Amino acid sequence: MSGTTPPGALPPTPSQTVGPFFSFGLEWEDGPFAVPAGTAGAIRVEGRLLDGRGHPIPDGLVETWQADPDGRFAHPDDPRGAVAREGFRGFARCPTDDEGRWSVLTLKPGAVPGPGEGLQAPHIAVSVFARGLLQRLVTRIYFGDEEAANAADPVLGSLRGGDAERATLIAAPVEGGYRLDIYLQGPDETVFFAI
Amino acid sequence: MGHKHEVERKAELGESSPLWRAPGEGLIVAGYRRDHEKVDPPHDFPAYRGTISRHPKRPLVPIPDALTEITGPLLGEDRVGAADFDLTAGMGGEPQGQKMVLHGRVLDGNGRPVRGTLIEIWQANAAGRYWHAWDNHPAPLDPHFEGVGRCLTDDHGRYRFVTIKPGSYPWGNHFNAWRPAHIHVSLFGRAFAQRLVTQMYFPGDPMFDHDPIFNSVREPADRARLIAAFDWEATTPEWALGYRFDIVLRGRESTPFEEPGA
Repeated sequence: MSGTTPPGALPPTPSQTVGPFFSFGLEWEDGPFAVPAGTAGAIRVEGRLLDGRGHPIPDGLVETWQADPDGRFAHPDDPRGAVAREGFRGFARCPTDDEGRWSVLTLKPGAVPGPGEGLQAPHIAVSVFARGLLQRLVTRIYFGDEEAANAADPVLGSLRGGDAERATLIAAPVEGGYRLDIYLQGPDETVFFAI
Repeated sequence: MGHKHEVERKAELGESSPLWRAPGEGLIVAGYRRDHEKVDPPHDFPAYRGTISRHPKRPLVPIPDALTEITGPLLGEDRVGAADFDLTAGMGGEPQGQKMVLHGRVLDGNGRPVRGTLIEIWQANAAGRYWHAWDNHPAPLDPHFEGVGRCLTDDHGRYRFVTIKPGSYPWGNHFNAWRPAHIHVSLFGRAFAQRLVTQMYFPGDPMFDHDPIFNSVREPADRARLIAAFDWEATTPEWALGYRFDIVLRGRESTPFEEPGA
């Protein structure tokens, strides 16, 4: 891994904020649906997006990407091979509403191997975009009813802040799905990752 | 952030950490280079006031790329209508303003074309007004211009839009604040790690020196790569000016962790 562009390679195009007016460009009718409504076993994963003053962020965009319930991806770069699951997109996108709420309909992912011999607990990768974010923020959603898998997860296990930090990534089971608020700043600040 | 931070974390956690495995210890995938950390703006940039209560105050936690990060949504034809590349069509008449062709290539950091990837753009109209309920700039809306486009790159990573040049517009960041004219651009690439949202600017814009968002990119050479080039070849007589904007998404590491004999 390297923080510099090697000779002969091209430096990436810099990021800029999504701004306050993206919704007419990036909102999709089927955006919040990683699976269609009515899919058997579908769960709703939802929460709020909040700033450092605890105020809801009404102009944010939450995007999710995840494995299917068997821990597989419909993607050729997965060395185990691509596995497409009928009706499952793996990706969802939801603009926040006036109360900062976002919500996606999906299937609960399975555990995913690596790095190394271990398994990563079921998780959803999250990108957060908003006015005031000059680049996206990356975080993860884990599941509160996967205690054994979470305890063995290498990413959760490596967090130095212990239970309080881990808790910012673990969604609580609720009727029909899971719930997790994302705090960009403040005492409950979510753990964000550099990837 | 960056390489140093990552090296420190690796050293702190130790080589035996399940996060940082040595070659030969199971599934290790080649990740994406982290050179974006040098070119991307900081999260905390108070001259852009919107960052003040929205940037994380704790350092980001570096994690190695695993399967979730090296895969991503490969969104295809079903997301794009045949006329979505033309922002001047489909609204019942000709929009006001200077018609332009915006085209370019999407490459990865290794110079390879990024094929079949979804590009979404959105922008203000020629008067600097967005098709958005919250935009209260008292410039006229144009009933013939919504300002949204989509397309997929071709097998050479090329894309092309037809649009009009957006106007500058005022915003409330500071006294007499005006954004340079820009078009918002969103790309997926082929991996979660490559996701990029950025803005494309126009050469010689007089607002460059006064715009904290543009200037949040630290290095002049990196800012320069946000500016499209006027393109005489793409300029079409009696019809439209041409601009070229090439986009580079993060390149993948060569495979340093490949297992010998694998």
